Amino acid sequence: MKPAAFVRHVPKTLDEALKVLSDVAPDDGRILAGGQSLVPIMAFRLAKPAHLVDINEVEGLQHIASDGTMLSIGARVRHAAFHKPVVDGPLGALLAYVARHIAHYPIRMRGTFCGSLAHADPSSEWCLVSATLGATMVVKSTRGERLIAAADFFEGIMSTVLAEDELLAEVKLPLLSADTKFGFYEFSRRAGDFAMASALVTYRLEGGQIVDARVGVGGAEPSPRRIAEAEAALNGQAPGEDIFRATAEAAAAAVEPLEDHQTTGEYRRDLVRAVVHRALENSV
Amino acid sequence: MPAPTKQTYVGQSLPRLEDRPLLTGQGRFAADISFPGQWTMRVVRSGVAHGRILSIDTRAALALPGVHAVWTGADVAHIPPIPFRLTGLKALEPYRQPVLARDIVRYVGEPVAVVFAQDQYVAEDAADLIDITIEPLPAQVRAIDAPGVYADDLSTEPSVIRKSFGDIEAAFRDAHAVVALELSVGRHSGVPMETRGAIGRYDEVRDILEMHGAAKVPHWNRDTIAQMLGRDRNSVQFFEGHVGGGFGIRGEIYPEDVLVCAAALKFRRPVKWIEDRREHLIAANHSRDQTHRIRAAIDAEGRILGIDNEFFHDNGAYMRTHAATVPDLAAAMLPGPYRVPAYRVAGHIRLTNKTPAGTYRAPGRYESTFVRERLLDAIAAKVGVDTVEIRRRNLIAKGAMPYTLGLETLGTHIVYDSGDYALLLDKTLAAAGWDDLQTQLQNRRAKGELVGAAVAMFVEKSGLGPFDTVRVEVTPDGIDVITGVASIGQGIETVIAQICADALGVRYDTIRVIHGQTDRIDRGMGAFASRVTVMCGEATRMAAGKLRDKALRHAAQLMQTGAEKLDIVDGEVVRIGGGPSMPLFELARALPDGLSAEDTFESTHMVYPYGVHVAAVKVDPATGAVAIERYVIGYDIGKAVNPRLVEGQIAGGLAQGVGGALLEEFLYDEAGEPLSVTFADYLMPTAREVPASTILITEDAPSPLNALGLKGAGEGGANPAGAALAAAIDDALQRPGAVTRLPVTPMRLKAMTSG
Repeated sequence: MKPAAFVRHVPKTLDEALKVLSDVAPDDGRILAGGQSLVPIMAFRLAKPAHLVDINEVEGLQHIASDGTMLSIGARVRHAAFHKPVVDGPLGALLAYVARHIAHYPIRMRGTFCGSLAHADPSSEWCLVSATLGATMVVKSTRGERLIAAADFFEGIMSTVLAEDELLAEVKLPLLSADTKFGFYEFSRRAGDFAMASALVTYRLEGGQIVDARVGVGGAEPSPRRIAEAEAALNGQAPGEDIFRATAEAAAAAVEPLEDHQTTGEYRRDLVRAVVHRALENSV
Repeated sequence: MPAPTKQTYVGQSLPRLEDRPLLTGQGRFAADISFPGQWTMRVVRSGVAHGRILSIDTRAALALPGVHAVWTGADVAHIPPIPFRLTGLKALEPYRQPVLARDIVRYVGEPVAVVFAQDQYVAEDAADLIDITIEPLPAQVRAIDAPGVYADDLSTEPSVIRKSFGDIEAAFRDAHAVVALELSVGRHSGVPMETRGAIGRYDEVRDILEMHGAAKVPHWNRDTIAQMLGRDRNSVQFFEGHVGGGFGIRGEIYPEDVLVCAAALKFRRPVKWIEDRREHLIAANHSRDQTHRIRAAIDAEGRILGIDNEFFHDNGAYMRTHAATVPDLAAAMLPGPYRVPAYRVAGHIRLTNKTPAGTYRAPGRYESTFVRERLLDAIAAKVGVDTVEIRRRNLIAKGAMPYTLGLETLGTHIVYDSGDYALLLDKTLAAAGWDDLQTQLQNRRAKGELVGAAVAMFVEKSGLGPFDTVRVEVTPDGIDVITGVASIGQGIETVIAQICADALGVRYDTIRVIHGQTDRIDRGMGAFASRVTVMCGEATRMAAGKLRDKALRHAAQLMQTGAEKLDIVDGEVVRIGGGPSMPLFELARALPDGLSAEDTFESTHMVYPYGVHVAAVKVDPATGAVAIERYVIGYDIGKAVNPRLVEGQIAGGLAQGVGGALLEEFLYDEAGEPLSVTFADYLMPTAREVPASTILITEDAPSPLNALGLKGAGEGGANPAGAALAAAIDDALQRPGAVTRLPVTPMRLKAMTSG
């Protein structure tokens, strides 16, 4: 349970961080932010990075800022920052509600929003939020900056399109209009465990009918994603038990569920049905 | 001045004397103990479940700076395998575990080599560099499969435990009906928050080998390691510090304990080993892994005529110190609180390529209570009566006590010493508001909720002898009680002090209970089998009484009066009715040999507490999750010395019982690869999963076998939790007999609700 030896770099500026990362990336360099996933796997020696670029002292990555259309979240922002709404309106409330489901309190004090996205655990709540709401990843390296849509960012279980010398410096979430309704539900065997399935839904009502429906499912497939079939089942309908049930069924039918030694695909599909249904119930 | 009144400490929920250092960060757990110049030991473990070791290349590890030595099996070939402490059948001896594997590895996690290095980091680096080549052999992973070959002429079934009484053939011949079930309990175990740890140290000046980090049974372990290493027992001393949980698994002799001692002797350096969590989950004893095929012969009213049981006990890869203890207890305790006129059991001890197994809180009883109570529920369903009523019809009556069961275990005849099982059932159901609860559940079920409740009953055993010795000494600071039992966190310092305080006439907080130090008392039995309060408690009462008589006799001479006119109150010898007094320590100082007394309590029979659990649950049909809505425990322990500590024992046991029922399971794949090696895979219940419980401690049946009427309280919180929750889930599903296997995971339960 002791990690293999590594060199820890502690840059103070973003440029310095990107430079160090660029230098050590070919030599198995990794970014250390909250360390809540990386450090345990280093303790198990499942990862033996030779270099850690510790960004905890880098200036300019702590911001949570709204420009009226997007909420920007810097790479050093911890999960716990979202315990209270960080912005007025449904997005702040949504993030606060979801944050409470992330692991346990001490972990939320250390782990970061962007770190969670870069780690890309299939059951990550923030990955689900980003995929469902259509986040934009702001990725930086000494080679420059690029913007990546969430739908293009996740590549599979703990895998993203980030190059080894790139830092996820910031994520931008679209603000939700004041009339947006949302619902979230996740299932795990114990409080605080990795979700075996999770769902986030948002929509608005126009004339009593659902519009702009987004239905995201996490924990069930290699990466969280929006389920078009479920969204189609919702749009144009009035919210209600029958339509929620049909939407949950559509989501369950659409996923290709992960299997592991504790969980069959069939059961995971059942859970998708349950979490989508409950997220919808929570949305009204 | 009015005469001081005597306080009675026994029976009061007094604060724990041992808490201050623990709550102020002054605890001394194994990892807190270090010696100058110590080496760190790291164990290199097999990554293969079953295989032949072809080669071990240690050159790269030895070349690493900071590495002092590496041992493989060849280096410890002179050390015999670890012997049995309990229930050591001769037939099991060839299956004992060597301290390092030789030629064959038998489970993932088996120690194959050890590295000695300057610190843990270097030690782990070196361990990674040791290149072990193992030729895989077929792995046996299921105990219910036909036995295979263990080695040469040895089968993977070394022995079958057979017990019986009554005419079982006649019982089934005359039966109105027969109920048959196949039931299994998943592999899980005690997982103390403090992992194991051991520090070996050789004191060359005194020629004493020391082991620090001892727990549970220091004297037996001292004697055994002395024997294994060819030393006189008096040249080996064990020291117990604080222990962060025992639960049966902690404190037995494991390979690592022997290795640190052998290495300290060999290298003349302190050698420290602290287990990490991954190691713990594959190396420390597992438990509970049993499958039972049970049949009951019943009459038309559901009364049991006979029980015939065959079970398969998966002991993993070796027979460790507990040898046949767990299957023997499962076989012997299965009849429980019911009249069973005829009984026959065959318990197959089976070896597999998994982590070796041993005892875990309520060993054998968590399993056999689950099986028996499932059987009672099935009988109720068969004859169409309520599950409470079927128990009433079968309970052993108060008038039948003491009740000779006709079976033996742990070298004792099982005689239930006292009990009023029906009375406790009534009291517990009343505490649970059973009738109102039934109405509420019916109303909720009518609205479509899957809610249910159930009851499970059990008889526990406690107070295993054969003896305990206690010495009580008057010191300038107060009273020392020196005992050979051990503290695994259960509160013995407080409980023993309460008993001594009453017997001697001193304040309980002036008493220091010294335990787990082999250099302070020559012999001792340690802490297991809920024995300490009963055995050490009675020995303490006896020794303190002896000391009191001695003190009064001497004081009478000094104070020029009759001993019968004196009393001891709050540590002072006083004249009854008033007058000059004399503190005990002054009396001791006035005597050439000071003041002390020793006594031994011997017992050839265990004492049998008994209990009732009531569980109410709600099942989520969409996910298969279970929420425990109410949990009530009634437990009769004869006499509660400190009721709050008893409640703590029961609540803690319940948490573990819930874990085994719903969450905890060591899973393996077909190749014997362990799949539950971290706390992300092996799910311990947390504060969110453990229900609030109502605990009813009763004292309706004091034991006639000791003066205070004591029975042990350590295991009744865990014992029937699996049984009660299984039955409550059945009730929620309205499908009697639905649960046949623990733990009831959400996926398994979802399959039941869909099926």
